Amino acid sequence: MVEANVVGGIIGGGLIGLASLMLLALNGRIAGVSGIVGGILTGSAGDRWWRAAFVVGLIAGAEVYALARGGLPLHMQAQGLGLIAAGLLVGIGTRIGSGCTSGHGVCGLARLSPRSLVATLTFIIVAVITVFLSRHVFS
Amino acid sequence: MKTAVSALLSGFIFGLGLAVSEMTDPARVIGFLDLAGQWDPTLLFVMGGALAVTLPGFAMVQRQPRPLLAEKFTMPTKKEIDAPLIIGAAIFGIGWGLAGFCPGPALAALSTLSPSVAVFVAAMIAGQWLASRVELRLGVGVQTFCDDEG
Repeated sequence: MVEANVVGGIIGGGLIGLASLMLLALNGRIAGVSGIVGGILTGSAGDRWWRAAFVVGLIAGAEVYALARGGLPLHMQAQGLGLIAAGLLVGIGTRIGSGCTSGHGVCGLARLSPRSLVATLTFIIVAVITVFLSRHVFS
Repeated sequence: MKTAVSALLSGFIFGLGLAVSEMTDPARVIGFLDLAGQWDPTLLFVMGGALAVTLPGFAMVQRQPRPLLAEKFTMPTKKEIDAPLIIGAAIFGIGWGLAGFCPGPALAALSTLSPSVAVFVAAMIAGQWLASRVELRLGVGVQTFCDDEG
């Protein structure tokens, strides 16, 4: 049904890596999206500008590509209360667990951080089990 | 001011990467996580492409005395693998598996103006806020949690 997007994946991944490298080399910061967003709410005042700028850039980058390509594919996988519950869980979990796919995955693994390796393995394994249960057992 | 401009540029390239790799589409992510379905390995190529840049790049940058536009590197200080790390990652994993959205792609997908994406992002921010309130109540350091790995 779905063909893997190998070229887009590698190029897109390279861009994500480049963006993370830039933020570290220029600002000395880890490009962890959950942490950057969380810090807009609870971080120090002087810290909020670069965080907000990163989020604006993130949305704009996707928008520019969408404009060039005539839209982005979007197939929602959850609706209604399930979608809200998923959002809450992602927010709570990334806060308690200090990061998400970008902070622990892309940046933490590159720093060879044992914490990030454990976190990344944990959220991938739990997500695989969640998908299996919700789509093949309780579907 | 300078750090805001560089963050804007970094965010822009990050968002571009998420769109180019189609990680903004939850179907791609669920396709990767669904091992018993028709497996879609795209996410693996994205992770590989990113790590191919960050693994050598971070090693080089971290050898510099300081970042170009800031006084110091703000790096995670925690070393121990503790319960909050694993419990938090597991909670995140459940939400990720249910919706196929993690924070970066969800924010980037806001550009589609889809109301469903906005609902997810609002719930995600509410979840972060909720967890930070509980941390405050328990007297756990807020900064050490979130600022660290991001």
